[in-house]
Amino acid sequence: MADSNQSIWQVMQEKGYSRREFVQFCTFAATAAGLSGPAAAAVVEAFEKKSRPPVLWLHFQECTCCSESFIRASHPIVADVLLDALSLDYTETLQAAAGHAAEKCKQDTMKAYAGKYILLVEGSVPTGADGVYCTIGGRTAEDILKEAAKGAAAVIAWGNCASYGCVQAAKPNPTHATPIHKLISNPVINVPGCPPIADVMVAVVTHILMFGRIPELDAQGRPKEFYGRRVHDTCYRRPYYDAGMFVEAFDDDKARKGYCLYKMGCRGPVTYNACSVTKWNGGTSYPIQSGHGCIGCSENGFWDNGPFYQHLAAFPGFGIESTADKIGTAVGIGAAVGVAAHAISTNLRKRKLIFEQAGEPAPAPPQKSEEGEVK
Amino acid sequence: MSNRIVIDPVTRIEGHLRIEAVIENGVVKDAFSAGTMVRGIEKILKGRDPRDAWAFTERVCGVCTTVHALASVRSVENALGITVPKNAELVRNLMFCAQYVQDHVVHFYHLHALDWVDVVSMLKANPVEAAKIAQSISPWEKNTPGHFAAVQSRLKKYVESGQLGIFANGYWGHKAYKLPPEVNLLAVSHYLDALEWQKEIVKIHSIFGGKNPHPNYLVGGVPCSFNLEEVNAINTERLNHIGSLIKDAITFVEQVYIPDLLAIAGFYKDWASIGGGLQNYLAYGDLPTKGYGDVGSFLLPRGAILGRNLNEVHEVNGKNVEEIKEYISHSWYKYGAGDGVGLHPFAGETEFNYTGPKPPYEQLNVEGKYSWLKTPRWKEHPMEVGPLSRMLVAYAKGNTDVKELVGAVLKKLDVPITALFSTLGRTAARGVETQVVAHWMKNFYDELITNLKGGETRTFTRDKWEPASWPATAEGVGMTEAPRGALAHWVRIKDGIIDNYQLVVPSTWNASPRDAKGQRSAYEEALIGTPVANPEQPVEILRTIHSFDPCLACAVHIYDPKGEQVHQVQFY
Repeated sequence: MADSNQSIWQVMQEKGYSRREFVQFCTFAATAAGLSGPAAAAVVEAFEKKSRPPVLWLHFQECTCCSESFIRASHPIVADVLLDALSLDYTETLQAAAGHAAEKCKQDTMKAYAGKYILLVEGSVPTGADGVYCTIGGRTAEDILKEAAKGAAAVIAWGNCASYGCVQAAKPNPTHATPIHKLISNPVINVPGCPPIADVMVAVVTHILMFGRIPELDAQGRPKEFYGRRVHDTCYRRPYYDAGMFVEAFDDDKARKGYCLYKMGCRGPVTYNACSVTKWNGGTSYPIQSGHGCIGCSENGFWDNGPFYQHLAAFPGFGIESTADKIGTAVGIGAAVGVAAHAISTNLRKRKLIFEQAGEPAPAPPQKSEEGEVK
Repeated sequence: MSNRIVIDPVTRIEGHLRIEAVIENGVVKDAFSAGTMVRGIEKILKGRDPRDAWAFTERVCGVCTTVHALASVRSVENALGITVPKNAELVRNLMFCAQYVQDHVVHFYHLHALDWVDVVSMLKANPVEAAKIAQSISPWEKNTPGHFAAVQSRLKKYVESGQLGIFANGYWGHKAYKLPPEVNLLAVSHYLDALEWQKEIVKIHSIFGGKNPHPNYLVGGVPCSFNLEEVNAINTERLNHIGSLIKDAITFVEQVYIPDLLAIAGFYKDWASIGGGLQNYLAYGDLPTKGYGDVGSFLLPRGAILGRNLNEVHEVNGKNVEEIKEYISHSWYKYGAGDGVGLHPFAGETEFNYTGPKPPYEQLNVEGKYSWLKTPRWKEHPMEVGPLSRMLVAYAKGNTDVKELVGAVLKKLDVPITALFSTLGRTAARGVETQVVAHWMKNFYDELITNLKGGETRTFTRDKWEPASWPATAEGVGMTEAPRGALAHWVRIKDGIIDNYQLVVPSTWNASPRDAKGQRSAYEEALIGTPVANPEQPVEILRTIHSFDPCLACAVHIYDPKGEQVHQVQFY
């Protein structure tokens, strides 16, 4: 079977056409397009070359943070992606054409590359009120999504909106914002996050191009390559957690030393993402490194798993070996439960060592208070 | 003969915008601007912790990321009487400036330039000539014949591949494109340079806020801490990184953006008398230097200008219920007291009331309701917001940095000050602002270093962090300036949770439908009289619309103080 990366010449060779027949075909195509002379020669050359995989990027209920994140990619930089790696034939954020001319770009690709284009979707789809909460060119988001999904070779859901519904799907979800996998039958690669990390986005696309297949996914449709580990398990502040050394208030002396943000509501322990390894903006930082807890933006329903500054309930048995498939995201918060269970597993030896390293006397080990809070 | 054209989707913007324009004898005679997507963020905020609201509202827009978070934390601080430490103000100002510089550059090159720059024409350029032109206006290191030849050859291969990607179906060859091939080559080359550079400046957000888009904010200050004895906080390495990013930003703006803007504008001076639109300009102002409470200390001043009278700047008060009101005569909502009244955001109410055509549809019924955007008015006046409004208010208030630079740009282009009231003026004002703000960013950085040197390291005030310390009820306004214009959030807190929350955002001012009196808002008014040579290729309409830098996701919102169910949608 012809793969979508082949040039037209390669496809014709496979089908037994001669070089002569190929040039005749090109001349015919060029004439049909109104070209002659050197321009027609360019057509021959173009058809001989390997074509770039066509990509359609749809926008529905979103804030464009995914597109903005995508253009922040550092390896490869986005200009190289757009000019060399793929052919982004439709994206409302960057494309030159507007209105009917833009729609034509999309229709042309869907027709010419049926079954071969990659579909990227940013935003959720509102199914309430027969779809009037999001229309483009007078058509509903659902209608547009279903049409484009039909001929797609692969479908990627960008960000928390397309993967889970994100902020507009938070209670009471006034527009019935719906993740795309609930509306189409194609397998969907979910790349959650609000937004996802730029270099992760580019890596998911290039994984498909580089290895000719979609990346290995977990039970939630997320590439294991980037969503297989909890932020907590790869966090550079993890030793402070294990030692029971926590920030108690923003900008307190512990915050200034970079202790664990667990008590400030950090969702790292229940969030699967690459933040603490790949980091953001070319490896510059990630939320915890900059002093704010993780808000869990790559998890399903994270907006309703708050308030953000209320710390998580204890989660005994949450070892580093846990995976998203086993745990899921069901660990909610319990206001009064506190971190008692963790206190039991606090590594007292590690705690002592860290304090000694810092040249400070180690305070008494954490005790269970009446409320079960670590003091 | 009149001809109604529809542009939907309007591309190279944020969000979902539809323009319907009536064209008669080659010019726009009437225009209708519609926002076609709604999410309902304000309804979702009801009942939540006010300290979380910044995260929800930040997701209103990922292009002008940070600005909604800033408006939100300010509204809550305003309600609770919190004053943030000086360093927090400086960090917020640095993030604000970084956002402006990045956003304005991306707008110019990646969202607006293709309205003026013919990508296909650059293939005919002589790279040596292009380099000569470029070197005559800027010392930018990549303005060499070799680099331009490489870019040209890369684009040539791209075009010859037959897969034009994002450049497919552009209006290439349209007679409205006037740049010589060499200037087109220069602009496309810098399009790529800008794409590469823009990802750097946002690292300032990443260092202070952990990520971009959507860095973290905090009610009461900023979440990062300074510690010059610690690797686990903002230390000298992090500060050096920020210093380098600011230096590079100033270089990029001064050596690439501004010279390109002036060079391109020189070929389109006719657009200095097209697209003026409204005569009223509104700015809330920002960049406090003595606290958010001291409006007089803002580097970008607050004020309103009416009838283009630069001799008078009117005071603006976000809390005065007689000043800012939202109308819904042509918006898909309903008010309890009837659709004709205007409501101040503190007293606002909204309920979905879709009365448009059932999709799929060809045209909207513009006699009735036709947009998800409400129509805000200041003292009943339609107002334009954005860089032009900010620069006009700053100019009229005598800000020396702005006056100097505006004067220099007008002189360079050899146009009178009235040229500012136009499509070109809007685009030029954005450039002027970028340059001024880039330098202010450096000043804020220097001030931050001075503070740290003096031992002042606090970034957060804990005074009113605990809800137990809050009054039973409180209300506040957080006003700021998104890159696209005046932005404010109104919050009412009751028993520690959000009782109601309302946003009035820049594109609501600019892109809204007309009001009950038939007064058009900024987009619609600016399009009147715009020439359209070929209704099939309405590049001229895109020029004027893009000059506003549309950002639609934030413009649509709903609010329902009674928590009632969304009404059944009615169709005609």
